[in-house]
Amino acid sequence: MSALLTEPFLVSLLFGAVTAGLPLLLAGLGEQISEKAGVLNIGLEGMMLVGAYTGFVATYHTGSFWLGFLAGGAGGMCAALIVLLLCIRSGLNQIVIGIAITVGAEGLTSLLHFVQFSRSYPRLAAAPALALPGLSNLPILGKGLFSHNPLVYLTVILVGALTWVFRSTYLGLSLEAAGNKPAALDAAGVDVVRTRSIAVLCTGFLAGLGGAYMANVGAGIFVPFITGGAGVIGIVLAMLARGRPLMVMVGAALFGASLAMTTALQVAGIDVPTDVVQMLPFAVVMAVLVLFGRHSMLPPALGTPYVRGER
Amino acid sequence: MNQGGLVAALQGTVLRVLLPVGLALFAGGLILLVLGKDPLGYYGYVLQRSLLRWGGAQETLTRMAPLLLIAAGLIVAFRAGIWNLGGDGQFLLAAVASAALAPVLVTVMPRGLMLISCMLAGALTGAIWSLLPAVLKVRYGVNEIITTLMMSFLGTSLANVLIKLVLRDPDTTVPQTRSLAVDDRLPRLFGTTIHAGLPLAVAAVLAVHFMMTRTAFGLRLQVQGANRAAAVHAGFRVERLTIAAFALSAALIGLGGAVEVLGVWGTVRADWNPALGLLVVPLVFLARFNGCAVIGFTLFFSALMVGGESAARRVGVPQHYVLVLVALLLLFLGVVEYLDQSRRKSGGP
Repeated sequence: MSALLTEPFLVSLLFGAVTAGLPLLLAGLGEQISEKAGVLNIGLEGMMLVGAYTGFVATYHTGSFWLGFLAGGAGGMCAALIVLLLCIRSGLNQIVIGIAITVGAEGLTSLLHFVQFSRSYPRLAAAPALALPGLSNLPILGKGLFSHNPLVYLTVILVGALTWVFRSTYLGLSLEAAGNKPAALDAAGVDVVRTRSIAVLCTGFLAGLGGAYMANVGAGIFVPFITGGAGVIGIVLAMLARGRPLMVMVGAALFGASLAMTTALQVAGIDVPTDVVQMLPFAVVMAVLVLFGRHSMLPPALGTPYVRGER
Repeated sequence: MNQGGLVAALQGTVLRVLLPVGLALFAGGLILLVLGKDPLGYYGYVLQRSLLRWGGAQETLTRMAPLLLIAAGLIVAFRAGIWNLGGDGQFLLAAVASAALAPVLVTVMPRGLMLISCMLAGALTGAIWSLLPAVLKVRYGVNEIITTLMMSFLGTSLANVLIKLVLRDPDTTVPQTRSLAVDDRLPRLFGTTIHAGLPLAVAAVLAVHFMMTRTAFGLRLQVQGANRAAAVHAGFRVERLTIAAFALSAALIGLGGAVEVLGVWGTVRADWNPALGLLVVPLVFLARFNGCAVIGFTLFFSALMVGGESAARRVGVPQHYVLVLVALLLLFLGVVEYLDQSRRKSGGP
């Protein structure tokens, strides 16, 4: 066991947990905004994948990581535009269109990767990291938690900002109403379709940003199916968090840590099938659900299109 | 329904199915053009390879067996208003269960009995894996989308753990279960490479269609899917119905895993995951939960897979292009349906 408590092991575990957890956090926060507004985004995985591709291409061609993040967010928003047009405006089934987005993004990005990169598999240079003054000098924690890409710190700020938006702003109230009782929101003079559209575009941006981080910072390369189920975990996190951004962060940390544990154990030379560790977070969440099984408190209007005057 | 009405209904169905298929193939062709490939050449190659050549057609038909059983399982769940998105875990664990049992049972019982027991074991494994989401939904109202997805991740990992740590065949370098001899697998039909799982799967999907549309049990499931409050009001035991629908759905998906192992592979390798669970969902939607229609879509998809894999090597269009086609098909299906509805609402013909 002593191999587990050495400094390099703990640093790589913490650092890996943040790197693996951040895309989950971004996607989970994005999904949370949509779900609050009553839109179920099953296409989250596809939005991340599009963002990972566009983000990688932008950074590969310009060399700028910030442009890459922006392009990733924009790519995710483009995928979200399909939800906006077909589900929110036209009332088509959100699960069908969501699956179409994921399947289509998997196919399209793989196809584009094949055409552009399949011979060269280009890699990016290491992403810039910002060591927070003071904090980064702490033993273990400094290197593990406070020497990351600036996007990590911005995302933590975003968690706080979203909590504030949900709790104390007019927009947060509108989002909540759009998911709970859209007719009431409509009666109050706020456009339900517009509110939900804003929510879905935010989701696309954050999911795309998460995907871009995954490709550019986490992996340094884009490969087909790079998101590998991160979007699905994002949906799970958002549903479990019951509308609280902080809980998404706790969940993302848990899942990120277990993903990092698999590589960290290999670094420490301990031979456990990675599958055992990967099961842990899901097993923990299922156990919590069984033991404390409370109602999951999803917005009543989740997944149903709003048609004015229809009951 | 008079003759004219029947013709009109038929026309409408053909229009609503063939139009999206045509539009998807057209839009997909445009993508191929952009990539500098010849769309007609690609489609022609896929058609020829997967359906017109006897060897390819057999492959296409063989691939349909697990797809159809998964589709049957999804139709039960979706018609009952249950989003069972955990098909992959149920499929894989059932595959592992039957693969683990088969080499043991074959030494103690005749082949036919062994095959039936293994299929039942697969179905049972699938059903057990759906029990937790079912109970959580019934008792606490926990949304089954999250629980089935989580159980799917858990099941996929558990299948790997079982293969690597418990069931591993000591004689192979790659971790896999002990292999079932080719002669002991599901019987082949009339000298082809198609195994008996295909007729079984077709029968299962038709039986599910009949059950959901023509029996009291199926009607109860549909009612509770459409309106839970109405089902409670009508005195149905909604809890039992929900658990039954979950179990039946997962058992059929599990049977799909067992059939694939017993008919084609004879073993399960570690990290093998065909991930069919989510890929069949679009087909079931395209068929509008109709068990007869899903057979056609499954044939279409299976042919695309078989032809697409071969085309990746021969024509230089990656296999993932098939995914783009499926997505386009779903999108156009939605759009055509929407236009159809708004045309009817505005009082058109």
